[in-house]
Amino acid sequence: MTTIAPSRERPALAGTTAAAAAPRRRLVLGLAVLGVVLLVAIAASLAIGSKPLGLGTVWRVLGENDGSDAAIIVHELRLPRTVLGVLVGLALGMAGSLMQGHTRNPLADPALLGITAGASVAVVAAIKFLSVTSPIGYVWFAMAGSVVAAVTVYLIGSGVSRTPSPLSLVLAGTAVTALLVSLTTSLLVNDLTTINAYRFWIVGSLAGRGMDVATQLAPFLIAGVVVALAHSPALNLLSLGDDIARGLGQNLGRARAVGLLATTLLAGAATAACGPIAFVGLVVPHVARAWTGPDYRFLMPYAGLLGAILLLVSDIVGRVVVRPGELQVGIVLALIGGPFFIALVRRRRLSSL
Amino acid sequence: MSTHLVVRTPVLSGRVPVRSVAVAVLGGCLLVLTLAWSIGAGDFPIPLADSLAVLAGAGDPAHRFVITELRMPRAAVALVVGASLGLAGALFQTFARNPLASPDVLGITDGASVGAVFVIVSGSSAGVLATGISALGVAAAALAGALLTAAALYLFAWRRGIDGTRFVLIGVGLGAVMTAGVSWMLSKAAIYDLPAAFTWLAGSLAGRGWHEVTPALYALAVLGPVAIVLSQTLRVLQLGDDSARGLGVRLQVAQLSILLVAVCLTAFAVSAAGPIDFVAFVVPQIALRLVGGSRPPLISSAILGALLVLLADTVSRVVLPTELPVGVVTAFVGAPYLLWLLTRTNRKVSA
Amino acid sequence: MTRLQAVDLSVGYGDRSVVTDLDLAVPDHAITTVIGPNGCGKSTMLRALGRLLRPTVGHVVLDGRRIDEISTKQVARELALLPQAPIAPEGLVVRDLVARGRHPRQSWLRQWSADDEQVVAQTLDWTAMTDLADQPVDQLSGGQRQRAWIAMALAQQTDLVLLDEPTTYLDLSHQIDVLDLVRRLNSEHGRTVVMVLHDLNLAARYSDHVVAMRDGVIVAAGPPAAVITPDLLREVFGLDALVIDDPVTGKPLVVPIGCV
Repeated sequence: MTTIAPSRERPALAGTTAAAAAPRRRLVLGLAVLGVVLLVAIAASLAIGSKPLGLGTVWRVLGENDGSDAAIIVHELRLPRTVLGVLVGLALGMAGSLMQGHTRNPLADPALLGITAGASVAVVAAIKFLSVTSPIGYVWFAMAGSVVAAVTVYLIGSGVSRTPSPLSLVLAGTAVTALLVSLTTSLLVNDLTTINAYRFWIVGSLAGRGMDVATQLAPFLIAGVVVALAHSPALNLLSLGDDIARGLGQNLGRARAVGLLATTLLAGAATAACGPIAFVGLVVPHVARAWTGPDYRFLMPYAGLLGAILLLVSDIVGRVVVRPGELQVGIVLALIGGPFFIALVRRRRLSSL
Repeated sequence: MSTHLVVRTPVLSGRVPVRSVAVAVLGGCLLVLTLAWSIGAGDFPIPLADSLAVLAGAGDPAHRFVITELRMPRAAVALVVGASLGLAGALFQTFARNPLASPDVLGITDGASVGAVFVIVSGSSAGVLATGISALGVAAAALAGALLTAAALYLFAWRRGIDGTRFVLIGVGLGAVMTAGVSWMLSKAAIYDLPAAFTWLAGSLAGRGWHEVTPALYALAVLGPVAIVLSQTLRVLQLGDDSARGLGVRLQVAQLSILLVAVCLTAFAVSAAGPIDFVAFVVPQIALRLVGGSRPPLISSAILGALLVLLADTVSRVVLPTELPVGVVTAFVGAPYLLWLLTRTNRKVSA
Repeated sequence: MTRLQAVDLSVGYGDRSVVTDLDLAVPDHAITTVIGPNGCGKSTMLRALGRLLRPTVGHVVLDGRRIDEISTKQVARELALLPQAPIAPEGLVVRDLVARGRHPRQSWLRQWSADDEQVVAQTLDWTAMTDLADQPVDQLSGGQRQRAWIAMALAQQTDLVLLDEPTTYLDLSHQIDVLDLVRRLNSEHGRTVVMVLHDLNLAARYSDHVVAMRDGVIVAAGPPAAVITPDLLREVFGLDALVIDDPVTGKPLVVPIGCV
């Protein structure tokens, strides 16, 4: 009955646009708040650790590296892991949103593209056959492994139909992941030396990475962030379903290729830097979505900032809880993030994808 | 109605698609052959015909001894575990209408891993079990871990009823916590405990026998038929909550019983053989593509699950130069097959 | 006393009441159509009648017993309902969808009786779906898909059938097609039908009894000619309209002029 009530709906329509503008302002404000929280987290990350430093000291030695103990701690230890934490958190949060958007599956995370599994195989092979045992040594192997795995998943996914459907991607990703995990395990069986090195990589940690890791991976991470942000309007279309997206003039094949390229850059570089930190990519998009709703233009930056905050805070907690030792960030994340995520899922009606 | 097989007697009637019967029968035949091969192969080889004879209850006494005492227990673990995981996977995937919703992502297997790894890691370093790990201790701890995780899952997911998506997401959250626990224990573990822990985590049948499989066997014997009974409700649930209730399904009761059955099947299977992750995910998807229709078929999933695990274990034990954990081999066998099916069947895929 | 009644019924979501203190006796062996503007509580009332929603106050009575005291399977043998825009799982063929309507009459020993087979075949035939019986539901056109779902509700063989906006998303000829099917259901089998419709002219044309709702209460109920009047349209829909005699059926025909 569209003939009914146009005049009655006009005021209502005007009301909704006014109502839509308010949350928009709120969303922009929320971004600013998250930015401030991130700055606080960065400051805390530089100051807190087994040897606590005052914020004044941190600020001073950041300005000039005077060779004091404090300066060495900040420049050699805390600055690299803080920079890395921000970049990796940003990357994983965004990569998770991309992945869930493209597969329209709330359970999807970058690992589904084979990235974690591909990186693991490559790292294990590097440990076993080339005796590589340092984080900086793992970087390029992990990155290469991630990319090869992701491309394989994408190609198999698109082999089913020319533009890969969400479900064929999910199935291809899971199958390839299972293969790679098995390959990893078979390399590990009865090889104590490799297991011993591998177990510290698989935990996921920001510790022991120098600035060189961050500078090598920064180009990939930054490129990924830019592509992801530019890609969010396309994801908004894709979330309406393939048919509608196509009807609105979206080239599906290209959109999917671009989205997965960004995911690979982001998650591949993040995994190369820190080892598999699975949880961020899965949880952060849900938290962000509960806040922003389905608009990817907001969801993407929210997820990035939330990911960075979550990773930094978890890293700081890990430095403090078992002093003088440290708990790896991957473990802290799951221990904090898991219960938080469960509470969130219980409290809210989750918006579907 | 040539595509269906109809059974009809005064008290009992039923209708099954011919293709599902064909897949089940063919799978069953392959299963018997694989079993005969599996129990025949080893340091003391027994010809296929003789193993088949032993399976049929006859055969040479020496053969009988070798098979029933030495090889059958391990094969039985493979059969029971594979069937349980295939069945549980089909139940979960149909229930959640999501192929990713297999028990591996719901934290149940991870809960089992926490229990098992805890016993492995603390057992020998604390010197409590000086002669090595008591396998039963590991199995019991794994079972406890799985069931406790499942109980927590229900507790957290229950909020005026069970909602599929909420259930799965909470399972994922629990799983992440458990996985972190395992990683942490591994990073702290004494180095000589690592191989045992890794082998268990990969899923292995080496050294498993009646001791480990008996609880899982009872679970399958009780819950398998329950699952078949529930399948009638399952196919109506697929039409959506409103339609299902309109057709007279008591929604909460139905959902809870399906989940309970699937969770218990998984818990017992994992406690017997470790997390053979891939089976619960891949087998229902393969069965669905072979049988056709709108959801993974239960019986075919159970049969193909048993076949996959037994085949993988036998290949690992007999064919490979060094024995690999069965979980590794199931993926090597199952994943390419799924990928091949995926690229071949160009039809729209569904859960 | 009629078979299906609502007594002092209030239904709500959370603390928001959508239907308030509503009494309704559904006339037996007739087609009752509920009309009203968007958000007036039509679908909510229908869902409560079909025991999909639990009333906050009052109750629904089926054959003299409170519906929530009857086992849900028993209810399903007396009353079929078709939700709004139902979605069939991918790959399900029409015949199997219709067969699922037999669920309330099956047990796990008696899964596919001769009766089941006969009813499904008859239903397919009666809804002219036999030729499409082996097509997947998700590949049918909108009109065919709706026929398939109606066939499922039909295979339930209940005297009472509740339909929530059965013509949504259909073009005019398919709307007529579906409603003709509903009409035949009533005239050939004497089924009692309650449905929610948006189109007033179709409601007038196909119903024996019209219930007009606004803001969760019934404003008027009775034969189409008594309910669909210019005054009521103004009151319920805020619509200025001319009501003339439909030259084909003699039922009321609404010609909108504009909004009040």
